[in-house]
Amino acid sequence: MGLMLGGFTALQHRLTKEDPLMLELNNIEVIYNDVVLVLKGLSLKVDEGQIVALLGSNGAGKSTTLKAISGLLKPENGAVTDGEVRFLGQPIHKKDAPTIVKTGIFQVMEGRRVFEHLTIAENLQAGAYTQKDPALTLYHDMEMVFNYFPRLRERRTQKAGFLSGGEQQMLAIGRALMAHPKLIMLDEPSLGLAPLMVEEIFRIIKRINKEHGTTILLVEQNARLALEAADHAYIMENGRIVLDGKPADLKDNADVREFYLGMNEVGGRKSYREVKHYKRRKRWLS
Amino acid sequence: MEKLIQLSLSGIANGAIYALVALGFVLIFKSSDVINFAQGELLMIGAYLTYMTVQQIGLFWPIGVVIAVILAAVVGVLIEQLVLRPLIGEPAISVIMVTIGLSSVLRAIVGAIWGITPLPAPQFLPRDPVNILGATVGMDKLLAIGLALLLFGILTVFFRTSSEGIAMRAVADDQQAALSMGISIKRVWAVAWAIAAVTAAAGGILLMSIFGGVSGTIAHVGLLVFPVVILGGLDSIPGAVVGGIIIGLIEAFAGGYLPPELGMGHVTPFIVLVLILLVRPYGLFGQKLIERV
Repeated sequence: MGLMLGGFTALQHRLTKEDPLMLELNNIEVIYNDVVLVLKGLSLKVDEGQIVALLGSNGAGKSTTLKAISGLLKPENGAVTDGEVRFLGQPIHKKDAPTIVKTGIFQVMEGRRVFEHLTIAENLQAGAYTQKDPALTLYHDMEMVFNYFPRLRERRTQKAGFLSGGEQQMLAIGRALMAHPKLIMLDEPSLGLAPLMVEEIFRIIKRINKEHGTTILLVEQNARLALEAADHAYIMENGRIVLDGKPADLKDNADVREFYLGMNEVGGRKSYREVKHYKRRKRWLS
Repeated sequence: MEKLIQLSLSGIANGAIYALVALGFVLIFKSSDVINFAQGELLMIGAYLTYMTVQQIGLFWPIGVVIAVILAAVVGVLIEQLVLRPLIGEPAISVIMVTIGLSSVLRAIVGAIWGITPLPAPQFLPRDPVNILGATVGMDKLLAIGLALLLFGILTVFFRTSSEGIAMRAVADDQQAALSMGISIKRVWAVAWAIAAVTAAAGGILLMSIFGGVSGTIAHVGLLVFPVVILGGLDSIPGAVVGGIIIGLIEAFAGGYLPPELGMGHVTPFIVLVLILLVRPYGLFGQKLIERV
């Protein structure tokens, strides 16, 4: 009897607690214009409900990684030439962008990219394009977005081009929420924003993750903030993942401290006066 | 005074038709950056299709017009799918050459089906003279103005409220961002060509009714699209409407007040085109986009 009960609970456990793995990139290779190799066998995993940060310097291939997932490589003449991208178990690397949005991945592109000649409400409506019956849910969904971003509510009839940078970033994130994605990919949400605004946006990102249960894949240059928000982090260099782990462990890694957090070996914040033009190690892999 | 009112009304009526045709041109340009030199031929096709359904088949005219307009939309979508889609990513100049070629092909097809001699048009719009402030104008011209206004109203609502209309404006604003939210750009292009074909067909039907006949030369109205859109701004829908009416008025006044043997009515729109390009190349409402070609 006890054995049977145990077997039953184990089965129930397996049924209710599904596999947390949401997104998986296996050894993917991306080539632009048939010649430029940008991603060289990159693998990463995103579990459901997590915030995962992808860090790296300029040109490491972070944005390319996101575009490889969302299907936005094609307009830029790029293609996934090897490996596979799986979302909820299904391979998606051969699908086009509209299909991928419908399966539940939404990329908030770098530089905000709001539709400047459309009003805020129209921008949000454009985000809901893939919703089956937008007329029914539009009002409710907009209220949900305005709850996260009250500033947008007051200015809903204004053209998005007149918003400040921070408000445009809020609109870009709100536009993503309108599509009810399971995974939101944010490409540099802090780009060009004042520090206070960046803090606010990160607070809201964490709230969306917690209250909405939306999984978030975050590409950032601001390593300190990203590591604070994330449950897991990957560090990229030159088209590969070179390091990954819990943010707490990464923060203790000497290389990460020096390259990304700007600290010296003792632990104090480095002054710009003391920055010397050498690196502890030139490359992660060499 | 009567002459002024008379010329104004017929100028506005013609201008409303130009605006309809120009609107399609602007839509295609905004959504896909294609400069469509075959816009006048879309108008011609609309007119001939109506001739076919109403005169040749003999359908009751409202039904005939609706069927003709639907067929015109199908032709528009087919042109987009078969001719322009394979050209994605080609330089702008190749696309322009293809639309010029397309205009010749369409004229030849229409000539092969319906012949090149002018055909008598079905008369279904009432043409009774109406007296307005002492000037007499044909009822059909007033109807042309009314119908054009109605179509602009419908399109404005479509672009402001419907999901498809907002998607089209989003694509015009930022194609890649639109793609990132699942908007199918190919579908938007197809819709743009369908609407362009429908508004051009509406213009063609009105013109055919006003002229009282249809021939291949009706496609020449397509040339007037260029003064209209250059004046209004290549990428501005309100610009197409305002530009259309201004060009219609200029044409009517130049034709009515200047000595008729000079034929200034047909020339002035193009003089305006050159002047606008010299003084304000982005037009009245166009975006100032500086580009080296």
